[in-house]
Amino acid sequence: MGWPRRIKRIGRIVESATGAPGPAVAAPTAVTGSLQIRHVDAGSCNGCEIEVSGAFGPVYDAERFGARLVASPRHADALLVTGVVTRNMAQPLRNTFDAVAQPKVVIAVGDCARNCGMFTDAYGVVGAVADVIPVDVTVPGCPPRPQDIIDSIRSVTDR
Amino acid sequence: MTAGGVFAAALQGVGVAAGAPFVVGGMRQVRARLEGRAGGGIGQPWRDLRKLLRKQVVTPNGTTVVFAFAPAVIAGSALLIAVAAPLFATGSPLDSSIDLFAVVGLLFIGTVALGLAGLDTGTAFGGMGASRGLTVAALVEPTIMLAVFALSIPAGSTNLAAIVSTTQHHPGQVVSPAGLLAFVALSIVIIAETGRLPVDNPSTHLELTMIHEAMVLEYAGPRLALVEWASGMRLTVLLSLLANLFLPWGIGGDHPGVAGVLVGAAALVIKVAILSTVLAAGEVFMAKLRLFRVPELLAGSFLLGLLAVTASYFFVPALGGST
Amino acid sequence: MSTTVDVAPAPHTTPEVIAHPSRVGAAVLSGGLTAALGVAGISLGIAGLFHKVASVHIGWLVPLVGVQLNLDPLGGLFVTVTGAVAVPVGVYLVGYARHEHLPRLSLAVLPLFVAAMLLVPMAGSVTTFLLAWELMALASLALVLTHHRRAEVRTAGGLYAVLTQLGFAAILTGLLVASASSGADTFAGLAAHLDRMSPGTRSVVFVLTVIGFGSKAGLLPLHAWLPRAHPEAPSPVSALMSAAMVNAGIYGIVRFDAQLLGPGPRWWGLALMVVGGASAMYGVLQASVATDLKRLLAYSTTENMGLIVLALGAASLLSSVGARDLAAIALTAALLHVVGHAAFKSLAFLCAGAVLAFTGLRDLDQMGGLARRMPTTTVLFGIAALGACGLPLGAGFVSEWLLVQALIHAPRGGDSTLALAMPLAVGAVALTTGLGVAAMVKAFGLGFLARPRSEGAAKAREATPSMVIGMTLAASVCAVLAVAPVAVGPALRHVLDTLSGIAVPNTPRLGVMLRLPGAGSMSPALLAAALAVAVLAVIALAQWGARHRPEPATVPLWACGADTLTPRMQYTATSFAEPLQRVFDDVLRPDTDVEISHYAESRYLVEKVAYRAQFTDAIEERLYRPVVRGVLAWAGWVRRAHSGSVHLYLAYGALGLLFVLVAAR
Repeated sequence: MGWPRRIKRIGRIVESATGAPGPAVAAPTAVTGSLQIRHVDAGSCNGCEIEVSGAFGPVYDAERFGARLVASPRHADALLVTGVVTRNMAQPLRNTFDAVAQPKVVIAVGDCARNCGMFTDAYGVVGAVADVIPVDVTVPGCPPRPQDIIDSIRSVTDR
Repeated sequence: MTAGGVFAAALQGVGVAAGAPFVVGGMRQVRARLEGRAGGGIGQPWRDLRKLLRKQVVTPNGTTVVFAFAPAVIAGSALLIAVAAPLFATGSPLDSSIDLFAVVGLLFIGTVALGLAGLDTGTAFGGMGASRGLTVAALVEPTIMLAVFALSIPAGSTNLAAIVSTTQHHPGQVVSPAGLLAFVALSIVIIAETGRLPVDNPSTHLELTMIHEAMVLEYAGPRLALVEWASGMRLTVLLSLLANLFLPWGIGGDHPGVAGVLVGAAALVIKVAILSTVLAAGEVFMAKLRLFRVPELLAGSFLLGLLAVTASYFFVPALGGST
Repeated sequence: MSTTVDVAPAPHTTPEVIAHPSRVGAAVLSGGLTAALGVAGISLGIAGLFHKVASVHIGWLVPLVGVQLNLDPLGGLFVTVTGAVAVPVGVYLVGYARHEHLPRLSLAVLPLFVAAMLLVPMAGSVTTFLLAWELMALASLALVLTHHRRAEVRTAGGLYAVLTQLGFAAILTGLLVASASSGADTFAGLAAHLDRMSPGTRSVVFVLTVIGFGSKAGLLPLHAWLPRAHPEAPSPVSALMSAAMVNAGIYGIVRFDAQLLGPGPRWWGLALMVVGGASAMYGVLQASVATDLKRLLAYSTTENMGLIVLALGAASLLSSVGARDLAAIALTAALLHVVGHAAFKSLAFLCAGAVLAFTGLRDLDQMGGLARRMPTTTVLFGIAALGACGLPLGAGFVSEWLLVQALIHAPRGGDSTLALAMPLAVGAVALTTGLGVAAMVKAFGLGFLARPRSEGAAKAREATPSMVIGMTLAASVCAVLAVAPVAVGPALRHVLDTLSGIAVPNTPRLGVMLRLPGAGSMSPALLAAALAVAVLAVIALAQWGARHRPEPATVPLWACGADTLTPRMQYTATSFAEPLQRVFDDVLRPDTDVEISHYAESRYLVEKVAYRAQFTDAIEERLYRPVVRGVLAWAGWVRRAHSGSVHLYLAYGALGLLFVLVAAR
């Protein structure tokens, strides 16, 4: 079937938005509804990445709350860090954090990012994200549901 | 230089400056809706710009004034085109100083400024973006000039106001072979100049596929706001020029009154909205071309432009004495 | 050409050798004399442009015909341009010669070279012209061979000598045919007795003079000396050659083919347009992939000369179809571009010389980071690069605008030659502009911005004051031409009045606003002012929200998370030009070589990948080599006739005499 007919048949697929969870941290620069996010995989199994890509996909659509994934940390206000911090990624994570312009926010997604999850005491692990860079918002779950990820983003954008 | 003309030019500047983010937002919204999403709303780019203006100014090590001032140059050149071109009315005071070739040159200055900024960063991606961006800009030049050539033939002049007035008084020549070919060639030029699909994907994250984005990877905060605003303005100005050069109805005249200017503004808003919606909808169906297929696309558009001009040499329309 | 370093003969960036007083004296004398000749040239030229100057005949200097000097507006323009180039070069030479220790012979020949260049446009007869021309060629050859101890310089000098003499042979033959068939030696005589030349003779003269003068101007196909001789000559010499000597070729074409031979048939204009367009596109293409800065500038000279000849051809073609006012616009464009090119090309070569003197580098792949170490030179080279681009605010924009205006308003009505020639010419000009911008962005961005890619660039320091003053003089002319071409307007009008065979007497007025009746209008000054205002307005707007911003910071470059970005990770000139090289691969045919070296332990682990790209001049490869092979083969065949037998040689002599007797009957 041609694309125009497919578009018409599927129509609007996004789930309707629930109520905003309220701000957990102040939106950077006090402008609500605008958050550019740079995702960093510090050593994740990619389970959280799948949920994040679902969160930014058509069904959950994080963009309607003002969030957008960007390519360069210089363009970003927030770092979305997934996975436990491995040895190789500790310094790159710090470099990425330093590259973001002030004011900035760090969101740690998943149990591994929060408290090392199932990889506590593994040999290649430096620690949780909070051991390397300051974290503002955490999202529990292994992996967290896209709805939880969206709620955490909305708690920063306040929209 | 009339009061109405000055008012129209000033309003054009303010209008394009304020409206460009809405055009970008509108295009993103159209794409979102066609993809089944809700989208961020057409006001999202303005929110992003306001936020960026309040962020820290970071200067990477080793960059010079070129990096610092390139965003201002590209934004300034886009703003100047918005003030000088006949968007709301044809009576802009800068119209006789800045003709269509000067507009093309100003667009090129913006590209060069950004390319030099990319080279100034001294990163591999900055150089890559500059190299690719300038290659595309160099290869699109012949098509632009031929399209300008084709447009100036009926009017006998390259001044934008003259071209717009001629098209207003002789609407038939838009549907001539020369006019249609020139329209298609100019559309491809606009896609290449503004970095839209299929030449460049403005929302890509893969650095090795970037052309425009790669040059601005180092920019943050207010300078990034200027860069994004400038590319929105370039898109808006080019779409407005496309609309007014081929379909100028509604535009104010040489000595417009306030009502004429406002009618022209409203007409332009409608035209740009339609064009940007069509462009955004088209992007949903297209994938980005491989970088080395882009010269083939540009060569094809050059041939269209050449045919447009050659056709107009042979089909000289009866324009009532203005040939 | 190749990506390996090409070190200049005497790089001095650390403690300077105390210059010998006599060497200092020689440099000052030579530079002062050059500058004085320049000033004299400018005054003479302006006198020739605006007043009637009596012609001078020196009967005793040359037996039989004497020396005839005649200064009319056309000659006056070229004398002024040459003089105006000689002044900054002379001032620059004072510092450059001391720093680079130029040999005294070259310092002595340089003013002689300038004098010869001033004589060529002042020549009033064929003999004087040829004498001055050859003097100019020999002087320039001596200057190109300044550093003759290096092999590349000798090769370049050899090629230059051969091509110059080939061109001279063509000019000599053409002018002698013209002189013989019209029966006059002076230019006035030639013009008066034009009717004695048959159209066939005129065409023969046209072809020969275009080939000869085109070779001097750097047009295809006899251009190969330009990219070889300019990098090897000292930079002041390159500046003089590229900004003043190539103009002599243009002068020759204008004088003989436009003025003296009168308006010609249509194919003359088409031929000029084809040669000019091909030279422009080929030159700029090679410039956009060149990594040697001076080679890039040399090819840019070919490009600009191609554009000028394209304009001349367009003028000729337009006048042959009756559009003489458009022909006037095209001629104005050509002459204005001569002036503009002299300004920005001399500045560019002087800046390249400063870079070479204080970093020892010509290779763009090794330069970089000069903006902080040589800020004045960077700014001045930026002005030159902007002029060479043909962008607004550059010295080359107005002439390009005029040229394109003349091309696009050509009369329509079913003439298929024009219908195809004009759009293709516009396309050629546009592609040339686009690629020229890419080449100049490469030269400026990679040579001067970002970080140094080698030791030499890191140790650079600013040029000496006399060099800076010389460069600033040239830059001020560029700036004036960019925003106020009205300065040269009256002069150009006087020149066009003498070319009434092609152009109409009332030529376009270059005022603050360039207004072409029935064509279009544009104002470079207002455009520059408006752009400045717009940029300032944008900077002011960007202050919105400034009070909410945290303190500004200087941060390391974003290296995608890696710890360090070494200067080696920057883009080089070769990588910058790679997309263009791929697109135009069929024309350029570079010699590419990828060498992969592995670790000793395992063939699967790559240690280093080296990429080498070598660009040779395609015309040299594909045209000259077969021709040279053919000539050698023919010479080998002729050698068989030299058997060594005296009886055979006597027989040859007798046969030859018989032949001449029969033919002369």
